[in-house]
Amino acid sequence: MGVLLAGYEMTGGYGGPPILQDCTITAEAGQITVIVGPNGAGKSTAMKALLGMLELSAGRVELAGRDIGLLSPQERVAQGIGFVPQTQNIFTGMTVLENLQMGAFLRADDGAEIIEQLVQLFPVLAEKADQQAGALSGGQRQQVAVARALMNEPSVLLLDEPTAGVSPVVMDELFDRIIEVAKTGIAVLMVEQNARQALEIADRGFVLVGGENRFTDTGQALLADATVRRSFLGG
Amino acid sequence: MGGFENSLNALVLLANFVLVPALAYGSQLALGAVGVTLIFGILRFANFAHGDTMAFGTMVTIFCTWALQSAGISAGPLPTALLALPVGILATIALVLLTDRFVFRFYRKRRSPPVIYIVASVGVMFMLNGLVRLLIGPDDRKFTDGERFVISAREFKQSTGLAEGLSIQTTQALTIGVAILAVALLFWFLQKTRTGKSMRAFSDNEDLALLCGIDPDRVVRVAWILAAVLAVLAGVLYGLDKSFKPFIYFNLLLPFFAAAILGGIGQPVGAIVGGYIVAFTEVTATYAYKQLAVYLLPSGWVPDGLLQFLSTDYKFAISFIILVLVLLIRPTGIFRGRVL
Repeated sequence: MGVLLAGYEMTGGYGGPPILQDCTITAEAGQITVIVGPNGAGKSTAMKALLGMLELSAGRVELAGRDIGLLSPQERVAQGIGFVPQTQNIFTGMTVLENLQMGAFLRADDGAEIIEQLVQLFPVLAEKADQQAGALSGGQRQQVAVARALMNEPSVLLLDEPTAGVSPVVMDELFDRIIEVAKTGIAVLMVEQNARQALEIADRGFVLVGGENRFTDTGQALLADATVRRSFLGG
Repeated sequence: MGGFENSLNALVLLANFVLVPALAYGSQLALGAVGVTLIFGILRFANFAHGDTMAFGTMVTIFCTWALQSAGISAGPLPTALLALPVGILATIALVLLTDRFVFRFYRKRRSPPVIYIVASVGVMFMLNGLVRLLIGPDDRKFTDGERFVISAREFKQSTGLAEGLSIQTTQALTIGVAILAVALLFWFLQKTRTGKSMRAFSDNEDLALLCGIDPDRVVRVAWILAAVLAVLAGVLYGLDKSFKPFIYFNLLLPFFAAAILGGIGQPVGAIVGGYIVAFTEVTATYAYKQLAVYLLPSGWVPDGLLQFLSTDYKFAISFIILVLVLLIRPTGIFRGRVL
């Protein structure tokens, strides 16, 4: 399986000085790819660049080998990129089921089959189907958010700090689910603050510093690297 | 007169002068406030032109009613305006879609802050204000015809033998009936249909709705159409129940806003509850309770005054007080809407 989503030598920012400098990120089908790095390293920015949420002054973004650089975020979603923002990633005033239905908005059918499959992965979806999503716990909300993004059957799933603000137990549970998602053949790319735990489940890791690639290797190799451990994983 | 009969008379008195009028007025406010709240939920600004949109739609309906009347067409016991209503609604839908296209869309593309929209809507308000006065004039117009009462006070007195009569006007019954029907349809639409759900999603979290592939132009269009339909319904029912006067319709903006904010802006249920609360507060605070005291108190105890808290001239003060209190004490409103 090859590279599905890739941003090559991306340079750009939000209008001011560029945040990304010559930054390359690739995600392969069926694998978990993690972007880690210190605060302000441009991790989320790199992910947003892949989704088309900022203008790049240089570099290119490809989905399955096709240049998607000129497409809007909405068009990229329609092309098969699922995105779960870090915050405000669910419709709080709507039920869990309605959240999933909104995720299926671009589908020709109503997504009932996908919901059945997703319930296997996230049992909470069935248990709380008619509850307001805003009333759920942090971990449950994240599951709804991920499931919402999966409703459109994306080939790539982008997760912006999926474990921000949840307890370590919930974090492990979420990572287990994310592994399951990757096993279905989806390319999972996530930005993570909990670098050590994230690299443990990662097939590939990108360590960014100052918007540039510092280290790129398999998750295990990065964890074993003394410099990476000392500088970014707290020893 | 026995004590029991006195209590019955007191009850009928309250029903006749407070309950029925406030229910009808509350229904009119609810329809208007839901329109304000829908536009706020989707376009995120308080639409100051809503009262005048209502006046425009009612004006078109009145013109059409006159045409029907002179052609000898009537709706039997019901007001002829009901037949003219679809024309008023279509004209108003065209009007709001055009103002959106030529005024609000410009600011939407520029992603202007809400205050810019509000000021633009004040501009639209003044334009409509002038347009309506040019076309139909500033005067008071009555356009109610058909059967006047469902139950008249005289019939009620004769059949019950009570001193007090309860009258229910056709327009009051019609107002309450149409409001229930319209609100039921609106909720069915918002809760059960794909388009309705996409509107709630857009109102809930715009960025995520866009990521789901929801078309913002379509959502905005449907919101304007719904607001126009509700505004014309509210305006025509108010005009049938009372009378049509452009200035009064412009003034109705205040109780609309009070109702929408009290209920929680952006929340349709809240706007309806808010509409009835504002109406009941207004009617109960401006009603003269003298006669009620006559029925309920021993004869020597009845005071000389009218027992009226506030003159009806000051009824808009009620909306203002509600608005200020809500914003001070609970800015999110009853149903936790957004904060303006």
